[in-house]
Amino acid sequence: MGSQGGFYQSKEFLDLVKSIGEARSKAEEDRIVLNEIETLKRRISEPDIPKRKMKEYIIRLVYIEMLGHDASFGYIHAVKMTHDDSLLVKRTGYLAVTLFLNEDHDLIILIVNTIQKDLKSDNYLVVCAALNAVCKLINEETIPAVLPQVMELLAHPKEAVRKKAIMALHRFYQKSPSSVSHLVSNFRKRLCDNDPGVMGATLCPLFELIARDVNSYKDLVINFVSILKQVAERRLSKAYDCHQMPAPFIQIKLLKILALLGSGDKQASENMYTVVGDIFRKCDSSSNIGNAVLYECICCVSSIYPNPKLLESAADVISRFLKSDSHNLKYMGIDALGRLIKISPEIAEQHQLAVIDCLEDPDDTLKRKTFELLYKMTKSTNVEVIVDRMIDYMISISDNHYKTEIASRCVELAEQFAPSNQWFIQTMNRVFEHAGDLVNIKVAHSLMRLIAEGFGEDDDNADSKLRSSAVESYLRILGEPKLPSVFLQVICWVLGEYGTADGMFSASDITGKLCDVAEAYSNDETVKAYATTALMKIYAFEIAAHRKVDMLPECQSLMEELLASHSTDLQQRAYELQAVIGLDAHAVECIMPSDASCEDIEVDRDLSFLNDYIQEAIEKGAQPYIPESERSGMLNISNFRNQDHHEASSHGLRFEAYELPKPAVQSRIPQALIASTEIVPVPEPMYPRESYQTTMPSIPSDAGSAELKLRLEGVQKKWGRPTYTPATSTSNSTSQKTVNGTSQGDGASTVSSMRETYDSRKPQVEVSHEKQKLAASLFGGSSKTEKRPATGHKAAKASSHMVEKSHVPKSSMEVASDKAASAQQPPDLLDLGEPTATSTALQLDPFKQLEGLLDTTEVASAVNGAPAASISPDIMALYVDTAAGIHNKNDADLLSGLSNPSVTNMPGTTAMPQVTQSSSKRPNPKDSLEKDALVRQMGVNPSSQNPNLFKDLLG
Amino acid sequence: IHFVLLISRQGKVRLTKWYSTYSKKERSKVLRELSGVILTRGPRLCNFVEWRGLKVVYKRYASLYFCMCMDPDGNELEILEIIHHYVEVLDRYFGSVCELDLIYNFHKAYYILDEILISGELQESSKRTVVRSVAAQDSLVEAAKEETGSTISNIIALAAK
Repeated sequence: MGSQGGFYQSKEFLDLVKSIGEARSKAEEDRIVLNEIETLKRRISEPDIPKRKMKEYIIRLVYIEMLGHDASFGYIHAVKMTHDDSLLVKRTGYLAVTLFLNEDHDLIILIVNTIQKDLKSDNYLVVCAALNAVCKLINEETIPAVLPQVMELLAHPKEAVRKKAIMALHRFYQKSPSSVSHLVSNFRKRLCDNDPGVMGATLCPLFELIARDVNSYKDLVINFVSILKQVAERRLSKAYDCHQMPAPFIQIKLLKILALLGSGDKQASENMYTVVGDIFRKCDSSSNIGNAVLYECICCVSSIYPNPKLLESAADVISRFLKSDSHNLKYMGIDALGRLIKISPEIAEQHQLAVIDCLEDPDDTLKRKTFELLYKMTKSTNVEVIVDRMIDYMISISDNHYKTEIASRCVELAEQFAPSNQWFIQTMNRVFEHAGDLVNIKVAHSLMRLIAEGFGEDDDNADSKLRSSAVESYLRILGEPKLPSVFLQVICWVLGEYGTADGMFSASDITGKLCDVAEAYSNDETVKAYATTALMKIYAFEIAAHRKVDMLPECQSLMEELLASHSTDLQQRAYELQAVIGLDAHAVECIMPSDASCEDIEVDRDLSFLNDYIQEAIEKGAQPYIPESERSGMLNISNFRNQDHHEASSHGLRFEAYELPKPAVQSRIPQALIASTEIVPVPEPMYPRESYQTTMPSIPSDAGSAELKLRLEGVQKKWGRPTYTPATSTSNSTSQKTVNGTSQGDGASTVSSMRETYDSRKPQVEVSHEKQKLAASLFGGSSKTEKRPATGHKAAKASSHMVEKSHVPKSSMEVASDKAASAQQPPDLLDLGEPTATSTALQLDPFKQLEGLLDTTEVASAVNGAPAASISPDIMALYVDTAAGIHNKNDADLLSGLSNPSVTNMPGTTAMPQVTQSSSKRPNPKDSLEKDALVRQMGVNPSSQNPNLFKDLLG
Repeated sequence: IHFVLLISRQGKVRLTKWYSTYSKKERSKVLRELSGVILTRGPRLCNFVEWRGLKVVYKRYASLYFCMCMDPDGNELEILEIIHHYVEVLDRYFGSVCELDLIYNFHKAYYILDEILISGELQESSKRTVVRSVAAQDSLVEAAKEETGSTISNIIALAAK
């Protein structure tokens, strides 16, 4: 077969590939390619190009396109090529169009005709080529054009054609289920095809059909089970074997299908138990593909109606995966564990150390997978540890996509399981600080809401403590540079509401900080707006408390800047602030009642408080208000004029007849303070009627303040009530907190204090302790949540401490030989035991658990040794664990460059050493040599850049 | 499977096949990002990378990285085996396949891939069948070639003039 590996292209093409191969920079490569594009553009449009030549041009276009450049000028030529009579040329044409065109490209319509013709061809290779193109190119609109022919091909004598026809039909189904819905029964028929290849291909569409509608395929369970049984018993041709596994890909597909069919269906599942159990037994776990099948078995077992025996075998396989040296298997093990713990949560415990190893693994992928597992097993008992870890990891990565995901997971877990509000706020602070711009704004709102509403119980003292701790932490955090906008909004709001509430900080402290924020983030208008409103609140509270208000100079300059701001929103806020400062204490208290963010505001939509005033006006001869719907043209005009007159005296910014607010406006003029009339002109156009219609608090006495209050409402709406509505989950979490609030707090503090003592120790000794402890905090409490006594009082804890201490010497003697024994430390046990600390019977649990741990580590070391030894003689199995070793070597070669003697020779002279080396492994060394010689003839030498060009991929 | 990529250790693209729709811009972005992620991964780590909610399974053969992108709920080991399957078929076809074979005969690598995967699904898991069908196509090509009577030497001779 070696001759097929020759190089039939022209010198030009070889040169192109060669020069690109030798290009040292992306820029150089681009230059070469652009050059080539120019050449091709010119050549390809010449008349009468011989077919051979054309074919080569097209292949060159494909190459250019592959490198990421635009070859669209040649698409039409590729399309033309598919019309050609010669299969050789046609095939190239089809290849090119499938690579060039997406399914929505305009040129496709030109190909449909050719495809139709080719599907009828006598030559099955032509049909195959056309079917390949069908799969890629036919879109929803063109399906009807080829569907009848594809249907006919389902019965084609050649299995290769049947197979592709099935896949094409599958593709149609994916693109437009309705177009082929009447034909899906054909898939069932093809399942019984004589050729296993066709049968295997049929499983793909069936899988998808079943995934969409399980119930109509329940009758096939028996068929699938019997096929799987036959496959597992090696009834299929040897050609489908793969590393001594009988047709593993078909097995995997079948297991996937069974998992769907058996999900939640006891009867169907019972049919599967035997065959799945057989596969568990028969699978060879030393090859990659064997493990792939095993993994699929686990997925299947965890999906179908649970069977204890199968779950047991699944757990066995998982522990084998986790103890393996291969990262791939560990990864699969973690994934499988995540699937299985949904059914049997207790299985996680025996693997705790392995999981923690994975968590600390340098491999990022593995780490993420482990976090996913932890996310799935989070409970209120271990939420602190897990979220803490997640945040640490979140801080350490730079991939925004994943950062967002993990941040939202942290938030979700914290909301769901938070043991205390204090902790919740601290956690949120960390999340915001490091990923603030990535989290949903709703999260910020629910945080503000939580701070405002407090614990949910009527414990004002605790609430204010919470708030002052939040304020304190925010003031500290503000010192840090570059905080995310969302976080700053939260900070500003909280400082405004509660900054001065407990008297710890003076108004000037807080306002100073707020001004700093507005100044430091002067590009961010939202933050500035929040800061301004917060300033207003602080000043309002000061005035209401009859304290003298001194505006800081920086605050004054900020206000001056904002009064002239281009943003009308900022400007309005600044004016409001100015107005509020001018008011007396009583008015201010009405406008800005302190700590009232949670109070409901009653909206008097009828503006009934103005009734007296209107009455008075009517008595004086004013026209009564006529609703817009009742107004006729004439009346309208007169009304309008009349009003216009009226308005002109107050201010000039009226462009339309605007009835509703009229009384309010008029009422203001005599009563409101001068400051408020100043405000009016600016905001008026901004809040057309909305501000009048929506929120008018019923304070008839002071119209001026009512007017301002109304503005304030408009402001608060931004971050106030309406945005709170979706946060039902937080209210859940708050109510939950009330349930386990106090007892939880105890545990939390002990855990954290313990961590501190650990941190102070030397890291060397610490590692195993840390792990053990982590394991305990992650898994330990999991099974005992229910047992935990409601009253975890100190006495019990102390006694447990004693008991455990007395146990320690004994247990450490038992396992003295094992290194892991050092992991057994009283604090760990305390941690483990603490929740169960009421009776001695429960006391025993943690010990059993620890012994279990030690067992597993011993087994781990034993197992780890075994596979390495047994695999090494199997050369072909470079796929398995040993492959990692081989890889390693390759890497070393390339990384150290010249360190390996066989490589040192290569760049300068020839690749001979390499080739001979590989010839010892490969059956046909002659091929390689010939190839090498041929290439050299053409002037291609392996450059020092890539000494491996000649290396056998499998070698 | 959403796409198949072959990237050399230097980050050069050797083959790309897209089964899901990606615009040109997205394609080059994918290539850039993934080669950044995959080529920098150390040895002995696992062959999977989570990427934008999808998973990329890759395997290195000599200096060439074979990458396949799949849905997050797929079986990674299976994809890994499909990669190996592809490489073994390439090896049978070319006879001790090396990177150079794929560089100069990338279109053949495409043909072979088309026999293994179709619209992102595994269509044939028997190596023998795949090799046979590719050989059948080639035999026609050979026949056609004999008709025109030109071989590589002719072309080289032509180009050398």
